[in-house]
Amino acid sequence: MHPAIPILLMGALVALLEEPQPLPETARERVVLLPDADGRTGEVKVTAAGGAVTLAKAYAGADVFASGKVQARDDTLASIQQRFGPALEARPPQPVSFTLYFVFDQDELTPESLAQFDRIKRELAARPAPEIVVIGHTDRVGAVAYNDALALKRAETVRTALVAAGIDAALIEIAGRGEREPAIATGDEVDEPRNRRVEIVVR
Amino acid sequence: MRATVLVWTLAAAGAAPVYAAQPAGVVKIVKGSVAVERAQEKHAAVPGLGVQAGDRVVTGRDGQVGITLRDNTLLSAGPNSTVVLDEFEFDSTTHAGVVDASVRRGTLSVVSGKIARQSPETVRFRTPNAMLGVRGTSFVIEVGAEAP
Repeated sequence: MHPAIPILLMGALVALLEEPQPLPETARERVVLLPDADGRTGEVKVTAAGGAVTLAKAYAGADVFASGKVQARDDTLASIQQRFGPALEARPPQPVSFTLYFVFDQDELTPESLAQFDRIKRELAARPAPEIVVIGHTDRVGAVAYNDALALKRAETVRTALVAAGIDAALIEIAGRGEREPAIATGDEVDEPRNRRVEIVVR
Repeated sequence: MRATVLVWTLAAAGAAPVYAAQPAGVVKIVKGSVAVERAQEKHAAVPGLGVQAGDRVVTGRDGQVGITLRDNTLLSAGPNSTVVLDEFEFDSTTHAGVVDASVRRGTLSVVSGKIARQSPETVRFRTPNAMLGVRGTSFVIEVGAEAP
């Protein structure tokens, strides 16, 4: 046998065994979970035609392919900054919240609350296109509907006070959360002064 | 279901926009060219411009935009991006509501708001190939240029 023939045969055999390699599919879309401002993370479930991936820790990511395939990946802060820097840079400032307390069932502000107004004005001046949301809260004494009305009345009183302090009324929206969001969890009908409050959100 | 189309006007240049009703959100940050498209209208985005359900936000090659929704959701997009706020509803008493937004291309950063805490099942973000369910958190989405 010619010395070259076995080598040629082997080459043919290898060629037969090798599957033609498809071009690697590139991901069309990417989702990456980020830590919240307090360092914790929530969860994002990414679902496509070919599966789903749940992201539950900081910088966990998922690539989504045109075929519908979803593939988990670990991303890094450096890679996030490179790909998403401009989007993250344009993030509006996080809303800030101020809390004012009331004397039970009377629409009287405390002196401490009045002092908060100056801080609120400073926040307004520092933010682009600022808005204020005044949210009234109650404790759990009384019915839900009564507390909704009371909460809204508290918010309305604070709005009037803010406008009197020189803040543009057009920036202010009011809301009443009633007894739905107690600062301190209590049973129903519990008198809890720390839950009788108005929250002022500047965003 | 689409939110009712809100009547709005943009006051003379430099003045704050005036709303006939509450918008879904407000543009806070604009850099470079950014447009808010609504039916047949197209508006250059400026801080203070209201964003409504149904609006399409488009950033140019140098564009960046940041929007705060009424439930405190923070949305911000990088250059060459198209993001549509398909649906938005928010009840400020119960915190019930709907956020439904899609990223058609480009990059979007999201910090979820009060609706995602109260009823995460009604918060949806979409890309051309995927749907995202969100449980109170922040995340980023990128849709490649080759995607439709």
